[in-house]
Amino acid sequence: MTDDTTLHIPEQSLFRETIVGLSKNKGAIAGLIIICLFIISALGAPLIAPHDPVRQVIEHRLAKPFTPSYILGTDDLGRDLFSRIVYGSRISLIIGIVSVGISLSFGLIIGTLSGYYGGWFDRIVMRLIDIMLAFPYILLTIVIVAILGASLLNAMIAIGISQIPQYARVVRATVLAEKENDYVVAERSLGAHDLELMLRTILPNCIAPIFVQATLGIGDAILSSAALSFLGLGAQPPTPEWGLMVATAKEFVTSAWWVVTFPGIAILLTVLGFNLMSDSLRDVLDPRLKD
Amino acid sequence: MIRYLVKRLALLIPTLFGVVTLVFAMIALSPGDPAQAMLGERANKESVEKLREQLGLDKPLGVQYVNYLKRIAVLDFQNSIKTGQPVIQEIRARFPATIELSIFAMLFAAFFGILIGIVSATHKNTWVDYTSMAGALTGVSMPIFWLGLVLMLIFSIGLNLLPTGGRIDIRMYFTPITGFYVLDSIIYLFKEGNPAYLVSVIKHLILPAVALGTIPLAIIARITRSSMLEVLKQDYIRTARAAGISEHKIIYQYALRNALLPVVTVIGLQFGLLLSGAILTETIFAWPGIGKWIYNAIEARDYPAVQGGIIIIATTFVFINLVVDLLYSVINPKVRLS
Repeated sequence: MTDDTTLHIPEQSLFRETIVGLSKNKGAIAGLIIICLFIISALGAPLIAPHDPVRQVIEHRLAKPFTPSYILGTDDLGRDLFSRIVYGSRISLIIGIVSVGISLSFGLIIGTLSGYYGGWFDRIVMRLIDIMLAFPYILLTIVIVAILGASLLNAMIAIGISQIPQYARVVRATVLAEKENDYVVAERSLGAHDLELMLRTILPNCIAPIFVQATLGIGDAILSSAALSFLGLGAQPPTPEWGLMVATAKEFVTSAWWVVTFPGIAILLTVLGFNLMSDSLRDVLDPRLKD
Repeated sequence: MIRYLVKRLALLIPTLFGVVTLVFAMIALSPGDPAQAMLGERANKESVEKLREQLGLDKPLGVQYVNYLKRIAVLDFQNSIKTGQPVIQEIRARFPATIELSIFAMLFAAFFGILIGIVSATHKNTWVDYTSMAGALTGVSMPIFWLGLVLMLIFSIGLNLLPTGGRIDIRMYFTPITGFYVLDSIIYLFKEGNPAYLVSVIKHLILPAVALGTIPLAIIARITRSSMLEVLKQDYIRTARAAGISEHKIIYQYALRNALLPVVTVIGLQFGLLLSGAILTETIFAWPGIGKWIYNAIEARDYPAVQGGIIIIATTFVFINLVVDLLYSVINPKVRLS
């Protein structure tokens, strides 16, 4: 029982400290508002969207924005832009979660094993990571999508794989720093098992940097998948994916400014929200970075 | 220094080997028959067979890999399926366009990024600082393919100030000399005294360079600010202030020189990333560089072209990063020791 409480105290205070720190930070609040709106829009899409996002009303094609029936206008096939953007948030949320889920789980496992055991395994992993980092990020995702074939799921997988190095490095560095600490050595000399040491003692110390990285990663994933879809390597029509919406609107840039403008603003705002949050989290969790 | 250089170069070999292998795996692992994919669904059996033979795809994978390595070692990337031209020639023809665009994007990003960073740091916690940093964070979050279209919408279509794409007005019958149009048009300016080429080239460069440079600009501004703040806290700055040296001199002569150390690294790393960012920018602005070319090759499933293009970009990226590291160890000797 006593053992349990002593273990949980630092975690709780870190949590409380983070919340208090964030609530004083204007950037964090702005970020949180954007993220909340984004999640509400994704979860409540059928309730919020006034129209079916894929239904085409040809006689209303390229309708001007700011009218009662179409707040943000319609696209070239007469689909309501606002509804498509609302449903698009659903897709972007899934992209963020799936991609970060992939990179986080692999990065966590690879980074922990690599940092904990070191030796040949560590050397091979670091080499592989160097190779992955030898590709500029967007190019790496393009290469992977080219292998797997163009689809939204493959784009998510590609983004997830390309981000593994970042997580693996963060985790490895933390594990390396923690494993020689007296408390770990003490637990080990008391007969703690390797797996137990990793899960119970070392990993909790990775939570803060991992959390910062993951918040940043969701924004990155949304941005990259929009770019892939824009290039035709991600979501396929008629999916209301934001990047794809910008791509199909490209041809109408001269006649209908709104079809290009609004989906892009949605991408920008959402990514900005996650970046604001990740910036503030880093400031709060890592006092060394404070000015 | 020599030992450090040798060590870094030795580390390069397995990385490049891995890059080349991964690109090979890209074709070997892709589902279906690459030859069929390249020729399309309706191609007849004989032509598919012929292409398989031509590309060596009929041999066992191991043999294919060895042959592939032999070819890459002498920079033979086979011929493009689409044009029939050697891939290396096509890349060579388009590389200057991408390099030129990247250089101008980086000049734009470095100049404004450093300037904004300094102003932010010296006006810390004022509205100037807040606005600049909010702007920088927006820049980092920017979907550049969208920014490109919006810039086009405003400056080309709305205001009719700048062209929507290409490198020079096509009515000008411009014969490039080096492939770097800015350089070429300056040469023409001196030879013929005609500034029209240069004006057109610059006008075509502005929008793509701004779109491509926006993310690096934002990153450079953020790094410059935090690095500047770090330096301004140092004792020698306090001493300089106590000695009554003017604030302007302290910032631009004493602090900036040290604050720029990490900025140099970031500029180098970002320059490497521009090469891939160019895929998006070049596609939007019809910029005939290597990015747009790779995009078209992927669309056409022109595998030799995709392979060659990716290997060249990744290799360039690796070398740029190496040069950045070496430069950094020259300006900051502390690095070499660790």
